[in-house]
Amino acid sequence: MKTSMRTPLLFVAVAALFILEGSTNWWIFSGSWTAALGILNMALLSAIMALGVNMQWGYAGLFNTGIMGFAALGGLATVLVGTQPTAGAFPWELGADGLPQGGWRILMGLAFGALTIAAAIFAQRRLPKGRMRGLSTLAIIVVGFFVYRWIFDGGVELVEKINPATSGNIGGLGLPIIVSWPVGGLFAAAAAWVIGKTALGLRSDYLAIATLGIAEIIIAVLKNEDWLARGVKNIIGLPRPVAYEVNLQADPAFVERAANWGLDPATASTIWVKLSYSVLFAAVLIVVMVGAQLALNSPWGRMMRAIRDNETAAEAMGKNVTRRHLHIFIIGSAVCGIAGAMATTMDGVLNPGAYQPLRYTFLIWVMVIVGGSGNNWGAVLGGFLIWWLWNAVEPLGIWLSNILTVGLPDGNWFKTSMQDAAAHFRLFTMGIILLVVLRFSPRGLIPEK
Amino acid sequence: MDFLNAIVALANYVLIPATAYGAQLALGALGVTLIYGILRFSNFAHGDTMAFGTMVTILFTWWFQSMGLHFGPLPTALLALPFGIAVTAVLLLGTDRLVFRFYRKKKSDPVILTIVSLGVMFIYNGLVRFVIGVGDQQFLDGERFVISARGFKDATGLDEALALKTTQVLTVVVAVLVVGALFWFLNRTRTGKSMRAFSDNEDLALLSGINPDKVVAVTWIIVAGLVTVAGVLYGLDKSFKPFTYFQLLLPIFAAAIVGGLGNPLGAIAGGFVIAFSEVTITYAWKKVVTYILPDSLAPDGLVQLLTTDYKFAVSFVILIIVLLFRPTGIFKGQSA
Repeated sequence: MKTSMRTPLLFVAVAALFILEGSTNWWIFSGSWTAALGILNMALLSAIMALGVNMQWGYAGLFNTGIMGFAALGGLATVLVGTQPTAGAFPWELGADGLPQGGWRILMGLAFGALTIAAAIFAQRRLPKGRMRGLSTLAIIVVGFFVYRWIFDGGVELVEKINPATSGNIGGLGLPIIVSWPVGGLFAAAAAWVIGKTALGLRSDYLAIATLGIAEIIIAVLKNEDWLARGVKNIIGLPRPVAYEVNLQADPAFVERAANWGLDPATASTIWVKLSYSVLFAAVLIVVMVGAQLALNSPWGRMMRAIRDNETAAEAMGKNVTRRHLHIFIIGSAVCGIAGAMATTMDGVLNPGAYQPLRYTFLIWVMVIVGGSGNNWGAVLGGFLIWWLWNAVEPLGIWLSNILTVGLPDGNWFKTSMQDAAAHFRLFTMGIILLVVLRFSPRGLIPEK
Repeated sequence: MDFLNAIVALANYVLIPATAYGAQLALGALGVTLIYGILRFSNFAHGDTMAFGTMVTILFTWWFQSMGLHFGPLPTALLALPFGIAVTAVLLLGTDRLVFRFYRKKKSDPVILTIVSLGVMFIYNGLVRFVIGVGDQQFLDGERFVISARGFKDATGLDEALALKTTQVLTVVVAVLVVGALFWFLNRTRTGKSMRAFSDNEDLALLSGINPDKVVAVTWIIVAGLVTVAGVLYGLDKSFKPFTYFQLLLPIFAAAIVGGLGNPLGAIAGGFVIAFSEVTITYAWKKVVTYILPDSLAPDGLVQLLTTDYKFAVSFVILIIVLLFRPTGIFKGQSA
């Protein structure tokens, strides 16, 4: 097969999988367009995340295992941008101790915390080397921490007291939720800057451990800081950028059009909503893809690949390797943040407990590796294929266990255990796929040119 | 009297739990550091290997218990431990033969091996879920306490109680024995010495006739032992839940890096550094402080620097500080 034909053919094959998923319930396919569109929407998001990771790994060889954290920051952005402001969270009166109250005080505390860290870094850089330097840095951090807690805790107390059953958090800006997508990207970029500043320039696995850690910490913050996004009490009913099913069903014009298509209003409205998301997500994917392709083929992209392939040579040519790595790390993480905000928007719920590293970090890695690291088309293809497979593995497992246990009576121990095991088939299969691709086709389905 | 009470409270809530946790982390970090030193990659499947070894031990424990086999006041899991280690060793050797060996022969970049270990992690994770599920498992039996809270109060007449769990004593004793045996092996036996030589300079080691396949196989067997012991001790002390074991990856790696990757002594020191900082920073000091300070200065709050939910943040911050100021770790590791 000619290589030029390989990419389109693979995409056609994956598209066929999605069409089969919607149109037939033969074999492992569900035969429901609602299900197929649901999978497609997550596949679009996965493809965007895979593009972000591919920039970091494929262009620059950076090993980021904190994708989950960046996606969660995007999710946080939807709450802080899209929800309505909480009444009374930002009072104008000063408190009894003369300090601002509530949300203002929290912001003040956070600013003070940032200032403390900056002062400590400044002291570390500017003071003459010696015991005095260490001691004064330590003193700044310790005193700063207690003052920070004093300012910050006072603010949190007031905010969490406001109507704890329904809000108890600082609320959002009440802007259209689509605005939160770029904001989610900015949040992720800011986090990436902090991590990159500390862990880049060291060995590649240190970055992996550092990003793995920061992702866990971001999730811990989301779970525990109730003033921010209600913690594990979850934010539900985020506003939507698309129509609501109930409104569509109440609209006579929509019902009539659905009837013309031969669909009942309930199914038609669900499909309409999912389709609207698909269009929005596809638009973002196309924008990111075009940007990624232009960047990859520009002089900048050539420089990045040159650095990846031989850091020493690139450095000798006068390229600042660590700085370039920092840039690409921030850009890739921002793309993951955008996708995270989009995912939370579609769910309509921010549930920090739902972020699992295997699903949000390592599965994206499987997509990039299987698709073809260094090739944007490969990353997108991997996103679609692996996400479809992730959903298909369970029916596949049931099908397989039915074949293995054919002829056995119901309630047979082997049959029951095989049926239970089908649910755990997913991770196992993903591991096998990753290892097989790494072994026999290490450059992925669509290799880098 | 108050001073004594303060010391007892401190021992009960900080010193004893942190020592036990530190020993568990140290055993885990030793495994990471050995793989790093000899096979030269960061093994992300370590947490799930730990879960696998513990799972096998739990299954054997249940089997023994069902046959009425017990180990007196000690947990039955200790009897099952050798079987757990053996099965884990078989699994690791099999994985090495089927997966890692190929990349080692090809002399792949370490980061590729790390990505390969992600695939292994998925498979082990799936395997554990297949067999035992995702829920919490208790497998502790035998005597629960060496010193019970009530017994201590009655004996000393203090207000504060001190409880010493069997599992905590057991953790420390077993860890000391295992570490002692490991260092004896590495420093005194021919195979151990060849492992150190291989870790220090692979080319010279090969030149002097050391068989690399043997070194690698022995490493995996030792890792199986360390990882299963660490996992079983952690499971006895707290409880067994596959996802918690996956999450232990972070403090374990932090311990290994803080101590200096590739340096066994550093891994032990790192384990205790991480454990003690985690426990002291997330402990609510109110009780201890109230005993020491006069009543007028008694604190209103919990005097807790961070809630326990942020324990990962602690290991992470220590990791970052060490990476910034001393990237090779406290003891000099191999990493640059």
